[in-house]
Amino acid sequence: MQLSRERLKRAYRDMVTIRSFEERVHQEFTKGAIPGFVHLYAGEEASAVGMCLHLRPDDYIASTHRGHGHSIAKGCDVAGMMAELFGRTNGLCGGKGGSMHIADLDRGMLGANGIVGGGPPLVVGAALTAKTLGRDGVAVCFTGDGGSNQGTTFEAMNMAVVLKVPAIFVFENNGYGEGTGHKYAAGNPDIAGRAAGFGLPAVRVSGDNFFAVHEAAGEAVARARAGLGPSVIEVDTVRFFGHHAGDAQLYRGKDEVKRLREERDCLKNFRQAVTEAALLTPADLAEIDADVAQVIDNAVKTASAGPLPAEAELLTDVYVSY
Amino acid sequence: MPLKSTRQAINEALAQEMRRDPRVIVIGEDVSGGAGTDGQRDAYGGVLGVTKGLIGEFGDRRIIDTPITESAIIGAAAGAAVTGLRPVAELMFCDFLGVCFDQLLNQVAKFRYMFGGKVKTPLVVRTMIGAGRGAAAQHSQSLYQLFTAVPGLKVVVPSNAYDAKGLLIQAIRDDDPVIFCEHKLIYDLKSEVPDEAYRIAFGEANIVRDGDDVTVIALARMVQFAEAAATTLASEGIECEIIDPRTTSPLDVDTIIESVERTGRLVIVDESTPRCGVAADISAIVVEQAFGALKAPIRRVTAPHTPVPFSPNLEKLYIPDAGRIADAVRQTHVFRR
Repeated sequence: MQLSRERLKRAYRDMVTIRSFEERVHQEFTKGAIPGFVHLYAGEEASAVGMCLHLRPDDYIASTHRGHGHSIAKGCDVAGMMAELFGRTNGLCGGKGGSMHIADLDRGMLGANGIVGGGPPLVVGAALTAKTLGRDGVAVCFTGDGGSNQGTTFEAMNMAVVLKVPAIFVFENNGYGEGTGHKYAAGNPDIAGRAAGFGLPAVRVSGDNFFAVHEAAGEAVARARAGLGPSVIEVDTVRFFGHHAGDAQLYRGKDEVKRLREERDCLKNFRQAVTEAALLTPADLAEIDADVAQVIDNAVKTASAGPLPAEAELLTDVYVSY
Repeated sequence: MPLKSTRQAINEALAQEMRRDPRVIVIGEDVSGGAGTDGQRDAYGGVLGVTKGLIGEFGDRRIIDTPITESAIIGAAAGAAVTGLRPVAELMFCDFLGVCFDQLLNQVAKFRYMFGGKVKTPLVVRTMIGAGRGAAAQHSQSLYQLFTAVPGLKVVVPSNAYDAKGLLIQAIRDDDPVIFCEHKLIYDLKSEVPDEAYRIAFGEANIVRDGDDVTVIALARMVQFAEAAATTLASEGIECEIIDPRTTSPLDVDTIIESVERTGRLVIVDESTPRCGVAADISAIVVEQAFGALKAPIRRVTAPHTPVPFSPNLEKLYIPDAGRIADAVRQTHVFRR
């Protein structure tokens, strides 16, 4: 599939934004500016961006605890996200959700999710809405190799086939569920193969290669929009950080992260591919890099300056009986 | 006014709301039945026939039979609710909460709060409660106390056909998730039910019977038993005021406190188990807010802290009845400090 210059720039911008956001979040977390837990998506950018480039604002995605990348790829405001991580009132959820619960329904972002396997059933519902109301929208569930072992995921895939809804399940297989290897945790490590058993088309692509993800995603989205039903994409990808920021990563092999960053960096691969093919120039990329750096700086400034939620907010947005 | 069963009243509420609003769908196991078989569609119409006939009018795009897969049912209904539908999902027996609790506890109940108030979740989960049909330990519980304990869920426990219709219509029009608990032994109970649609607000208790001696709070099927006990007690000169809260979340605390301040004596009847239950909860509220008015210890009439037994003689012992309620009221009534 030939992509226009504008589309390539957009893809690059989104991937760099995710990478820069995560690297900066790691710094801010380490400094103590961000409370709680953050799960960083760096290394997996091609998956979120390769899929979300095909989506419209009225399409929906559900995400995982590692949700910053999906949120950015789906168009969530970066400053609003950063402020949410900081727990500030100008965050996307008013500071009441945090990293694991970033959501923006206006952008079709159904929420990051603190529960592994929490998202797949929700996506079946979002796809059911599109089908019931006669829209050609699609709903995409990002989950991981960890989520691939959850019963809710099996139920959701089966239900999506039974109800013939426009749902797409993207399994981002980064090889680790927290600190346990996928090869240990899955009875059959072939996620796409296992998914195919539910009766939907399932392919495996390399997450090191944006273009491979983009192409598979395009087929899945076209199929869903045309009313041909759900499908599955397994993305073979890597995680540059630990399960969460601050994870000592004792489960990693010697020099593993260094090697992954050198050999399996989807962003580096993208740069190389587009410049070698003369689709974009190094100057094009540098301009985007500089622009994104500014956006991330501004996001941190906005977040740091945001007020903490008022104490009265404890009791709002929920029915409190006594 | 026509007499209708609770089953008819619920069916009518669903049909009227589905006619009024194309976003309302019904989704669950065997809500029509017969899909993928050589036999007839609508073979069940819900396992106890509550949704019978709806598929004929609304078709299989809005009356959606699912696999037996409770997490996916509740989760899909939740995803549909936040993206523009108003689903009425059926969790056949409330006992199956155990299969899908995450979708209610961590997803549905939390969306509005954790997303900063920007998300509406207009979801109704209809579910059956109650012992008395010999359905044993996994199909007979009354688990509304578990739902009531979760912030973000509204919980409805109707006791009769009239209330069931008005409360269900309110539930469907509500923008928060509502767990609608239907006692399976009130489906055949008839009361006067208007043909037109009407709503009963949540958090407004029904004073079933006026009386000045003892306040009796009862839920669901227990309301009938409390009424039977009150008739007996009236012949002994004890006048009970029976309050049916109708919803446990929100709970009409004002009506309860007002009554207890007048009678000074309270019996709470709850078919559920006693520990951390609705009766215990109401008891704590009354002690906090009306301690000075109490002339006797609050008495709870509940199931024992056991699973629901199968054998009919044991099941009968498990369920609170009019005799036990009357005994509790008598003991409360004669108590002197």
